[in-house]
Parts: sequence; structure tokens; C-alpha cells
Amino acid sequence: MTTTTNAPPPMPATTSGAHARALPRRVATAVGAQNTSLIGALIVVVGTFAWLDDGYLTTANMTVIGDTVAVTGLLAVVQTVVIICGALDISVGSQAGIASVVSAMAFTSTDGNAALGILAAIGVGIAAGVVNGVVIVYGRVNPVIATLATLAAYKGVAQLLAGGRAQGYVLGDDFFIFVARGKILGLSVQIWTLFVVAVAVHILLKYTDIGRNIYAIGGNDTAARLAGININKYLVAVYALAGVVAAIAGVILTARTGSGQPTSGSEGLELKAITAAALGGCALKGGKGGIGGTLLAVFLLGALENGLNVVGVNSFWQNVAQGALLVVAVVIQQRRNGERAVGLPT
Amino acid sequence: MTKSPPLDLPGPALAVENIHKDFAGVHALRGITLDFPRGTVTALMGENGAGKSTLIRIINGDHRPGDGRVLVAGTPRELHSPADARRHGIRVIAQEPEIVPHVSVAENVYIGALPRKAGRVLDRSALYRRMRSDLERLGFAHAIAPEALGSQLSPAQRQLVEILRALTTEAAVLAFDEPTSSLSEHEVEALFDLIRRLRDQGLAIIYVSHRMQEIFRLADRIAVLRDGELAGVRDASQADEGEVVRLMVGRDLSTLFARGRSAGDRVVLDVRDLTTEHVSNVCLEVHEGEVVALAGLVGAGRSELAAALVGDLPIRSGEVRVEGRPLRLRIPRDAVRAGIGYAPEERKAQALFMTGSVRHNISVAVLDRLRRFRFVSSRRERRLAHEFVDRLEVRTPSIDHEVRKLSGGNQQKVVLARWLARRPKILILDEPTRGIDIGAKAEIYRLVDELAGAGVAILVISSELPEVLGLADRIVVMQNGRITGELDRADADEEGILALAMAYDLAEPTQGNPS
Repeated sequence: MTTTTNAPPPMPATTSGAHARALPRRVATAVGAQNTSLIGALIVVVGTFAWLDDGYLTTANMTVIGDTVAVTGLLAVVQTVVIICGALDISVGSQAGIASVVSAMAFTSTDGNAALGILAAIGVGIAAGVVNGVVIVYGRVNPVIATLATLAAYKGVAQLLAGGRAQGYVLGDDFFIFVARGKILGLSVQIWTLFVVAVAVHILLKYTDIGRNIYAIGGNDTAARLAGININKYLVAVYALAGVVAAIAGVILTARTGSGQPTSGSEGLELKAITAAALGGCALKGGKGGIGGTLLAVFLLGALENGLNVVGVNSFWQNVAQGALLVVAVVIQQRRNGERAVGLPT
Repeated sequence: MTKSPPLDLPGPALAVENIHKDFAGVHALRGITLDFPRGTVTALMGENGAGKSTLIRIINGDHRPGDGRVLVAGTPRELHSPADARRHGIRVIAQEPEIVPHVSVAENVYIGALPRKAGRVLDRSALYRRMRSDLERLGFAHAIAPEALGSQLSPAQRQLVEILRALTTEAAVLAFDEPTSSLSEHEVEALFDLIRRLRDQGLAIIYVSHRMQEIFRLADRIAVLRDGELAGVRDASQADEGEVVRLMVGRDLSTLFARGRSAGDRVVLDVRDLTTEHVSNVCLEVHEGEVVALAGLVGAGRSELAAALVGDLPIRSGEVRVEGRPLRLRIPRDAVRAGIGYAPEERKAQALFMTGSVRHNISVAVLDRLRRFRFVSSRRERRLAHEFVDRLEVRTPSIDHEVRKLSGGNQQKVVLARWLARRPKILILDEPTRGIDIGAKAEIYRLVDELAGAGVAILVISSELPEVLGLADRIVVMQNGRITGELDRADADEEGILALAMAYDLAEPTQGNPS
């Protein structure tokens, strides 16, 4: 064993032919097994519904799908970051609800200043996220319990602020109209928002030291701490980021409906966000996952939901399907990890 | 508890014949034929990867042999599971036993066969009575309290629970897989007494260990595996260490420790009157280029001292200075920034990102030096990883290989590479060679010597006395959270260290020790 060397033997020139043959496999490796199967599933879903209904694969319907996934997608993208840390944020939907109400109320009380409305929403998002992070890190509350509590509490705050009904009216404002109905290069502003946020978060995760430290924390928090990462600071910051992105989603909700919505539109989004992240390949114990997989899963879920609507499946069944999908996604993940079937899962 | 197995049955208690085992095309075992007679301690030796653990797993029913057979008392048996093996009287003592944390030791031992009264009510007093009398008989009366909770046990006590469990069943063969790696010297002595007594009762004992001295103190026969084959079987009374090492690696033990340095005068790490929850009034200096070993029994507070020095356990009073500057240690980040590198005791749980690549594991503590704006330069990172993989001779197919697929020795080198990449002033190494093979050990010793030669102040915690004596310039001994003495390399020997490690109150209850 003392004579083994590390240097691989130089590659002989004759293997270039083998390289060319292996190209599809190399592409598949680069995309990843998880993403390849998601793309496959997406093709199957779209193909099936296009075959069932002529109206499915039209530009108009694709735009509908795009707009419905924008809000879910934003929350799923930021949920991915939280899950990579090894945590969970169930309260994202409620945070979007507060942000929606606050943006509309700030807008009306400043006599129609859209910028102030958005700033107020983002400020509230940061505050809500920091509260989550502080409760978890310094209150030592399990992330699921902590954000389950704030899911309820933030929803209550939104309802109190709004007095239980929709607040303000924003569709007199050019900016909100632009967000709701505008298009750039043929794609809606809502989809562009999702892409911009997703690309920014992707770059953050994959190319910066911040992202690498986030993966490290999720991979082994003790090792991350001992390697000199201030994990408390990181966790609070990640929850704050979740708040900011949830606020952006809230502003889109406001623009879409024309008024601040405490609950309608934002309820149940946490389930979709977590389902998308799990389906997209995030390990729920942390350290693994990426934005690419999550986005694919978001589109898959959107295409599926829209297709079921188009062919007229009862929406109650859709809830059943969504819950089942989350369980199936996690079961597949655990099987792949070779998790042993003993006691409570880790 | 244990009935003597009848000695008049034909053949050895256990034998393996021509055992082969492949894992995904890798030959783990190639035609092992070996018997384990009654009333005999057979030591199983070999470097990591030699096939010891695979053989033990086959005997325990965890793995099925690819070819060959297992004979229990002369009869071929198919062992499908550990439960199967147990039914045939074979019991393997796990290295890290499963202990139920929130119930008592007695319940942990007799789990599955608890004494009852009035139907299904647990008869607690009968349980404790039974446990006490068993402990008394086995000579462990002071080692463990029947009422202590599973979660309060030290590693040694956890092992003891596992042994007690085995003795409640009718075992004919007992296998120990490196049982002493987490035990202190006097616990080892007690364990050996017990093993000898079990042997004299007629049990066949299989004992797997890396530690040469132990083997010669305990074993009757020594079987050495190398690369999945039986390199030789020797009578312990007729073999010597050199011969066994040559069988294992084909090399001599005396070449393990390198030494080409001398310590400087400048104090780099200066610990003044440090008190934490686990240690009291610790004063300690480590000079530039000096290797100081912290010796002591398991639970003496050495690891807790290290954790306090790197900011991972709160300091109640006292001061830590690096190159004369006092440190404010709130979190490990403070220590990392002050130039302290720390390789903790449990490298898999505390140091490594097991599913991460070698490259990511090496670079994690230096990302702030590899980035431009906030973007990590992939080119510089890869160069750094290559540099340290070459320098430390980490045996990995590539820098993108997952760390969990490397051997223990190579994983430890990756942890060391992480800190060397930061060019630390101080290195704290907690059991740096635990569970790694002799070849990698020698390389780590050489590296420690080289780093000290380059001026790094090194604090090594080790429970292996030969390692302490071979490596350190100065030996500081701790007991019960206090420093009980200091020995210079020139006048240190095993007896001197042990005398300080057990300086007073030997009868101190082991329960509630920091560990």
C-alpha cells in the first residue's frame, strides 16, 4: 500500500471515440439522475394532458400555468435554501399573506406610492423571517414546531391588520398593473420575477462561500461549527431570506388580485413549496439539493394541477393527489439513501 | 449467568472453512480456514481492510460467505442473521453498542427478559438485586451502577452493558471487535480479567485489535490476516511483536516514530487557570515547535479541555492566550481565526462532511481565502486540494471523490489537510490515530513531527501510551478535570503516566463523569 500513487494514468488518445459515444450519458450525469427523471415525468404529464385535451398545449394555457407557478415557485426556491440548511419553514405562506396586506395598506396610506408599499412588505418579510430564526436558534425550538406556530400566528396578524377582509385597491397603479399583466419578451413579469430570484439564489448557493457554508451546515452542523462557520448567524439570515422572498410573492399576490389578501391565495402554499423541494431532490435532513431540481418540480406540479383542472377533475381529489405526491417523493428519496426501516426515520 | 458449555463435544467451538467473500468485485476474504477452540483466546490481527471485520460479520450472520462454510461445534450452519448466530451460541460484542438512553442500566442489560411480578409489572427490586449479584460475581461491582440511566454511561460502561447482555445468554463463542478503543487502561485491565475468566470457563474467545501489547497480554493464539488471506497463525507464547508486525505489513514497528526537531522558546498557546464545567484551574503552555501530549483516563476531561480551547464549551474563568494575546472564545470561529486548528475525537460525526467531496472537505475552513468578492475560485480551490492531497498522500481516486468512501486513515488526513490549509499556529489533535491502520499511523506521526519542525505548537490527546511516549516532547497528565502532573520526554514511562492518571480517589464512582 506504500507504493500506490495518486496520479491517474494519462488518458490515451484512442479513447476519444468512446467519449463521443458516451455523450448522452455525460449529459445525463451533468443534469443528474433526479433531474432527468423529473424532465421525464414532465414530458409524460404534458404529453398525457395534451392528448386528453386539445386546449392544454396552447400558448394561452401555458401562460396560465406560468403565472400560477410563479408564487409557488418563489416560495419553493427559498424553501430549498432552508431545507439545504437542514431546517424547514412552514410559515412561508403566512408570511406572504402579511406582506400582501402590508403592501396594499402601505400603498393606500401613502396615497399610491408603490415603491413604499413594496419596501414595507419586504421590511415585514425580513422581520417575520428574523423572528423565525431567533425563535429557532436562540429559543432552541425545533424548526417544524417554531414555524408551525408562526404559520398560525402570522396568519392571525395578517387577518388582524386587514380586519378580516381584503385591503386597499392597487390596480389603479401602473406598477402593480405591470406586475399583474405585463410581459417582457413574451413572458409574463411574474415568471421573470421567479427566474431572476431563482438564478440569484442558484448563484448564491453554488458559487459563493455563503452557499458553500449553507451546504456545510446542512451536511454536518457540528463539523461546520468546528470549521469556523457562525451557524447561528447563517440560520437567522436564511430565515430572513425566506421572509424577503415570501414578501415578493406577497406583492405578486396583491398585484394579481388587486388588493391585500390576508389568507386567500397564500393558504396552502407551504405544502406546495415543500412538496416541490422534496420532489426536486432536496434531502430533508439537509446538505443536498439545488434550485434546478426544485424549479423542474414546480413546473411539474403546475402542469399536473392545471391539467387536472382542464380535464375537469374535482379539486378535492387534487388535494389528495398533492399530499400523496409529497409522501411518494420522500419515500423514493429515503429508498435511494438506503434508509433502514427501523423505528422513527432520521 | 453463563453455564459452562460442555467440553466433551467434538471439534472446536467454531470453525470457518475456505471462506470467500466479494463486495462488488473486491475480494474481501480469499479462502480463510481457521478454527476457534474452546478455552482459548484467539486474537485476530491485521491492518484496516485486511478482512477482520468482514470475517467477524460472517461469523455474526451479518454477511453470508460467498463460498466456504461455517461450522459450529463441528456442524455446518447457515447463519442468516445475528439472531441466528446468537441461537447457535455465537455472540459478537459490538464496538458501539445500542443503549436505550432513558432506562436504567439493569433494564438495558436484561432487556427482553426482565423479571416480572403480578402479571406484567416490572419487578424493579428483583431486577437490581440480580444485576448487583451478577456484577459482584464478574468483578464489576464498582464499575457501573444498576440504577444509572443509559444516557449517563461512558463508552467503557456502554461496552460493559453489551458484555453483560451477552453473558445472560448461553454463549459458547464470544467475539470482541476492538473493544478497548474507547476504554482507559484500568478498564482494559478489568475487561481482560473478565475475558480470561470466561476463557477458563471453556468459552472460545475471538479478539480483534490493533494494539500489540494487549494481544500479547491476553491472547493464546494470534491469527494474522493480510489482504483477505490468512498470513499466519502463531502461538502467542512463541511469537514476538516484530514477527506479528511483519506478518501484518512486512515492516518494523520501531520505524513508526520520526523525530527531527527541537522545540522553541516562544510560548504560542498559554492557558491560565482555566475552569469550565468539566475542568478546573488548568494551566498549560505549549511552545513553538513543541508537541505536548495530554494523557489520562477516559473521562479525565481532556477532550472537554480541548473543546473549551476551541470555543466549543463555555469558559467560566481563566484565560487563553495565543502568542501573548488573550482570546475571546465565544464560538469555534473565534479560535479558528486566532490560528487554532482542531481535529476532534469523532472524526465522522464532528469533522467530516461524509457525503461531500475530498475537495470540499479540505477547503471548508479556507473559503474566505479562496474567494474574490464572494465568489469561490474553483481553480484556486482545486489547486489547494491537489496540493494537500499530494503532500499528505491521501489515497483517493480524485479530489472529487466522496469522503465517506475513503478509509479511516485517509479521512483523518483530509481533516488534517483542512487545518494545514489554514497554516495554523496551534494544532489540537484529539485521538488522531484512533481506528486507523499502522501504515497511516506512521504517516500521521511523521506529519506531526514535520509540522512541529516547522514551528507549529501541537497539543495531542491520546489514550495510547506508546503513542504518547513516542510523539510528545512533554506529557501533561489529567485526572478528574485537573492536571495532576507533567513529565518530560526523557523521564516519562508508562508506569509514571499511569501513576499520575490514577493519582487519587480510584474508588470515585464512575457515574456522572464528564465524557
